[in-house]
Amino acid sequence: MYKLLQIELYKIFKRPRTYISFLAITALVGVIQLGLVKNGDDYVNFVMGNVMQSFSFDGKLLNGYLVCYILLQLLLVHVPLLIALVAADMISGEANMGTLRLMLTKPISRTQFLMAKFLASAIYTFMLLVWIAFLALFVSMFLFGVDDMVIQKTNYLVQLPVDDVFWRYTGAFGFALLSMLSVAALGFFLSSFAENSIGPIVATMSVIIFFTILSTMSIPLFQKIQPFLFTTYMVNWKEFFDPKVNADNAVIVGSLHKPERIITSAIVLIFHIIGFVGATMVIFKRKDILS
Amino acid sequence: MKYLFLVIVALASFQTASFCQDMTALVNKVKAKLDKVNDYVAEGNMKTDVIFIKAPVGRVKVYFKRPNRFKLKRDGGISILPKGGVTINMTTLIEGDHFTAFAVGDAVVNGTKVKVVKLFPTTENSDVVLSTLYIDEANLLILKAATTTKENGSFEIEMNYGKYMAYALPDKVVFSFNTKDYKMPKGVALEFDDEEKLTDAERIKRKKGRVQINYSSYTINKGLDEAVFK
Repeated sequence: MYKLLQIELYKIFKRPRTYISFLAITALVGVIQLGLVKNGDDYVNFVMGNVMQSFSFDGKLLNGYLVCYILLQLLLVHVPLLIALVAADMISGEANMGTLRLMLTKPISRTQFLMAKFLASAIYTFMLLVWIAFLALFVSMFLFGVDDMVIQKTNYLVQLPVDDVFWRYTGAFGFALLSMLSVAALGFFLSSFAENSIGPIVATMSVIIFFTILSTMSIPLFQKIQPFLFTTYMVNWKEFFDPKVNADNAVIVGSLHKPERIITSAIVLIFHIIGFVGATMVIFKRKDILS
Repeated sequence: MKYLFLVIVALASFQTASFCQDMTALVNKVKAKLDKVNDYVAEGNMKTDVIFIKAPVGRVKVYFKRPNRFKLKRDGGISILPKGGVTINMTTLIEGDHFTAFAVGDAVVNGTKVKVVKLFPTTENSDVVLSTLYIDEANLLILKAATTTKENGSFEIEMNYGKYMAYALPDKVVFSFNTKDYKMPKGVALEFDDEEKLTDAERIKRKKGRVQINYSSYTINKGLDEAVFK
């Protein structure tokens, strides 16, 4: 199994396509950071304009923690598309090259074969997130320094003390990993149906885009189906940045306002991962491999 | 009849005179007490209680230097303060001789009988339009002030005194102010779950805010570098 995993990882990281994601993330994060270094204060004044009419802020509003939050808001909507590039190619890519049948002649079970492939795409997803964390969090902390994190939610503004932020990012990235793994599992599942890579990659992207649009529109008809779409739960990494307040409306350091929402979302995403990978195994085991 | 009419007119004149009694002397006595302080550095805790702001209680340092230099700094963090209000203190309200003060009656603040004094600035460039001071005559302390400004709306300041009463420096200050409604477009906040519906009481509460500072210590008249106000 370990050998299989090594082979799959070798195949993933041998392909130039794999590095497109890393380059795209580097370019995107770099451009945004450059923009914020040059005109970050204007951006903050624009976004916080509503509150700044009544309140004055003393301190470093534009700091590494806020920059990372801005980047994650932008990136975590688009990263699924980059994950689809690899995950949706895992089985269909082999079928396309005609190596699938050859590989399955080896003395390994189809379950082991699929598990190695999925684990390899999970490791790729993990590495992509680690890269995002490195660029968005650590490089931003280096470039912009750290201070309290002030973020705006729909109905209120949150100030998190500087010492109470890092663990929240650890949690948020852990949650983001679950979200991205569910995308990888979807791509993996669709990959088992096709004999070329384009179809499942485009199909995965289409499902994510379509579901994300349905998840984000506040139309009563869509709101009824939103609880059944896994994309609805993918944005709940933000709950890590919503602390509880005490009776005096003061933030309780180290608390979460709605931990149950994070737990429910994590369970839903884990079920989707198990569901997609399980379904792939059931389908693939019964499949007549002709390519 | 004529005699009775004269008595009524005399009484009415006396009432009006006492109602609009010039309180400049009392305010000047309060001012003289405040003038004992040239500068101070105070340490304490600040709590921002605005329903749409979730902020932690933080340690703050407050710097003051005559005539009107005032700076509030949070120890290691960002301070969110209502514009104008917190930086106005009693010294700045009755600074110089550019005001007219009239008594408008008596009241009770926190169990203490006080004189209610209306303060009108006489300079045109003053941001303060009108202040109402609730003065404890016996101790020459301002227990409460309600102020209307040109730029930053109206607010109230309530003060409790203790250890530093001799310098008219409060142990606890509560600023109350009106706030504008807060609303962030969902697309900008990228939050798509159902909004929590607000009750009428919550809606009213959203319009009011408070900042409370509990001072633990003052360092008075030890000199202060201008650099701290930059």
